Amino acid sequence: MTSADVWTLATIAGMTLVTVLTRSLFFLSNNSWELPAWVTTGLKYAPIAALAAVVIPEIVITAGHLVSTWKDARLFAALLAVIWYFWRRSLLGTILAGMAVYLPLHLGLGW
Amino acid sequence: MQEMAAVGPGIAAWGVMTGVAMVKSGIGLVSVLFMSVLVFAGSSQLAALPLFAASAPMWVILATAFCVNLRFIVFSVHLRPYVMHLPLATRLVKAYLFADLNYVLFVKRFPRPADDDRGRAAQDAYWTASGVTGWLIWVVSSIAGVVLAASVPVEWGLGFAGILALLGIMCSLAVSRLRIFSAGIAGAAAVAAYALPLKLNILVAIAAAVAFGLLMESANAKISTSRAAPTTGDAE
Repeated sequence: MTSADVWTLATIAGMTLVTVLTRSLFFLSNNSWELPAWVTTGLKYAPIAALAAVVIPEIVITAGHLVSTWKDARLFAALLAVIWYFWRRSLLGTILAGMAVYLPLHLGLGW
Repeated sequence: MQEMAAVGPGIAAWGVMTGVAMVKSGIGLVSVLFMSVLVFAGSSQLAALPLFAASAPMWVILATAFCVNLRFIVFSVHLRPYVMHLPLATRLVKAYLFADLNYVLFVKRFPRPADDDRGRAAQDAYWTASGVTGWLIWVVSSIAGVVLAASVPVEWGLGFAGILALLGIMCSLAVSRLRIFSAGIAGAAAVAAYALPLKLNILVAIAAAVAFGLLMESANAKISTSRAAPTTGDAE
């Protein structure tokens, strides 16, 4: 495979346009319209839902299936990270505490 | 930009792993660098890699990227009132800079759009700083991943730090019982619908949680009007 064929670069440029288009879709029109009240109410739940939808499968799914063993480093790391967050309220600490559990279990014990 | 800085290591670890994955996919160094600097959407980059390797048609790759990015359209509905005072070109640049974490932290900090010039200026400045910080961390860490690809095995699972960063932010949003329940619903729906292609499970999960939140709020409103008691909804 060549390192920079035109087709690949054009596709990557297209993917950049897709990033801009999806992130700006509702910014494009200048017409003034107001969101219905129920949409505004419902959207309050969108941020936490989007995060949960991304994060929880990454913690409990292995190769397309729900984990079937408790010997999974991610479970312990995520549990400790949540406890750490509510104890210290520090995001950086949460990441470090979780990785401090994850790396030894994952690399040391192979979980 | 304390918040972006606090989750910086998580974004960086995710960027490094994306960089490593891009190199290992064999699409070539120039393309990898081009992608790192431009696309700025980790999940659509990762989804596209096997398609590049298989020489899939361009429209298939773009359609995949579009579907993986569908959640951003929901975010753009939410963010629209914060940007409509700006010219179109500025709105496009700002939209490009705003990924998941920027959006989540922004609406947490500014639950509703400002209605005066000073408030708008503060929100605009926060948006730009947050977006540029996130973009820089992403590009620098992806390029670091490209450079380190030979010495950082994917099996180490460093990308998990990115998940922990998102998990921490999720906890910081869990400020009411309804929100905790809606996160649980979203997580369960995302797991149940995991077999859907193109990460559409994320969209299903957001829809389920938003619908749940709306149902519970309207149920709460009915209970409290029938008892003439104060509402106990998700007051901000």
